[in-house]
Amino acid sequence: MATAVTAPADGRTQKSTRALPSALWPWLLLLPAFISLGSVSFYPIVNGIYLSFTNRSLITQDNDFVGIANYAQLLADPPFWNAWWHTIWFTIASTGLETLIGLAMALILCESFSGRGVIRAAMLVPWAMPTVVTSKMFGWLFDGQHGIINFILLHAGLIDQNVNWYGSPDTALTTIILADVWKTTPFMALLLLTGLQTVPKSLIEAARMDGAKAWTIFWNIRLPLLLPTLLIAGLFRALDAFRVFDLVYVLTGGGPADSTETLSTLSYKILFSTLQFGYGSAVSTAMFITEGMIAVVFCLFLVRQIRKTT
Amino acid sequence: MNDTRTVFQSIMIYVGAFLILIWSAGPFLWQFSTSFQLDKALTEGTPSLIPDPFTLEHYYNAFVEKGLHHYVLNSLVVSLATTALCLIVGSLAAFALSRLEVKGRFGILMVILSVSMFPQIALVGPLYLIASDLGLLDTYRALIITYLALGLPLVTWVLFGYFETLPREIDEAARMDGVGVVGLLWHIILPMSLPSLVTTGLLAFITAWNEFLFALAFTSDSDSQTIPVGIANFTNQYYVPWGDIAAASAVVTVPLIVLVLIFQRHIIEGLTQGGIKE
Repeated sequence: MATAVTAPADGRTQKSTRALPSALWPWLLLLPAFISLGSVSFYPIVNGIYLSFTNRSLITQDNDFVGIANYAQLLADPPFWNAWWHTIWFTIASTGLETLIGLAMALILCESFSGRGVIRAAMLVPWAMPTVVTSKMFGWLFDGQHGIINFILLHAGLIDQNVNWYGSPDTALTTIILADVWKTTPFMALLLLTGLQTVPKSLIEAARMDGAKAWTIFWNIRLPLLLPTLLIAGLFRALDAFRVFDLVYVLTGGGPADSTETLSTLSYKILFSTLQFGYGSAVSTAMFITEGMIAVVFCLFLVRQIRKTT
Repeated sequence: MNDTRTVFQSIMIYVGAFLILIWSAGPFLWQFSTSFQLDKALTEGTPSLIPDPFTLEHYYNAFVEKGLHHYVLNSLVVSLATTALCLIVGSLAAFALSRLEVKGRFGILMVILSVSMFPQIALVGPLYLIASDLGLLDTYRALIITYLALGLPLVTWVLFGYFETLPREIDEAARMDGVGVVGLLWHIILPMSLPSLVTTGLLAFITAWNEFLFALAFTSDSDSQTIPVGIANFTNQYYVPWGDIAAASAVVTVPLIVLVLIFQRHIIEGLTQGGIKE
């Protein structure tokens, strides 16, 4: 704190030179952040909405305003609805599984036992791993010929022959959901654990004294108090799952036979393979709108639940 | 609590804990082991977790044939620059929001948080056009500028949360001593926030290190492509080189895991106070 030493002498001058812009200081400090988010997040979103009303193409060099033509095309486009349903199913299935399994893990970690620290640390591994690596890793684990999952299931007698997990349209999307659940559940569990730890111990002890069973304690004390955390974590997870791109793009590229195509991979292909920036922007804007609606519905539900419990 | 537990309950807890451990560490252990096994051992007979015979062939392939070090270097430059910029810009913003008088600070915080919820696929098209116009395709700069905005919301939130826990009396004392706004941030707040800066820096680093979509769209050669794009393109003509992929996976994931394990306590705390993001 070297500045403190010289303070009495020039404290007055500092004050007078900085008196004028003192109201501007916070905005000056916020400016870099605003510029960054404005140019890399807000501007592109607005620009994307504009592009979605044009026929911008990098091949034909078209760039004319076409009104809602792209959206009309979108609503009548089977690949779009195909991808839309996959994305919705992926979001519901993965968020649901992650929340349930995450809750189970959190309840186990809430108990004290030796080695708990090691397990909590290990749970950060799937989270820290790049998604592309996860994707490749599941490609190897679930490989149709030499994958260890097939080997284990075959020897456990659960399947009769090797399953071509992500090479067959019947199982490909499920494999991707499993990969996502593997990657994000432990982190979900850690978040729920911090929520569980805020439930007062005395409350649980008191219930136990009164002879309440573990199940009753969970259902009547822990779960209601955990609900806000559960819903917020679920919302963020759902919004994230809705944008799934890396896993699908690297593991299956949307195939086989478009059975794993999601909105993100479809937009990406329209943008960067066919270079139709107008139509591609319509797909991604439709996604942005759907995501916004999910967030609003979730928030309304959350507010109602919190009002109910308090 | 322990004395109220039956033997059965204790066993169930340990079984559950063991399952969580297998879930979290198992797949990567297998990937790690794969990276040291010969292709022949991987495709024939019974899989074994212990490599026999042990080989470094896949690491040789990953570096010498596929040039993994190019991607590692690109990723390091991009991620470190992103981390530094995120910390600078994020701490300025968090400091202003936490310590100075800002009208509508919670509104601003909510806007910053909601930005991180924008689907990235909706940003990539317009950003590609801008980068193309500015001649920024295939440069580190395009990635760094983009990643700064991706990491910033989380960094700002977590730092804001931490700054809020520092007592206000410090500000008063500093003001009495004639310390200006910049002095308060630089000489007092930042040195007190070192643990939080380390955590948020690590989070920003991981965000940049793992990012795939923008790197895929903005870069097209090994002079600027980052590791995720490099690994995604790891294919041979006639078969998938699982061993080489496993080796590259180990190279890019092990350092990350070590860092995360060192700072694990801070990470969980930081993320739970600063909202929830992957």
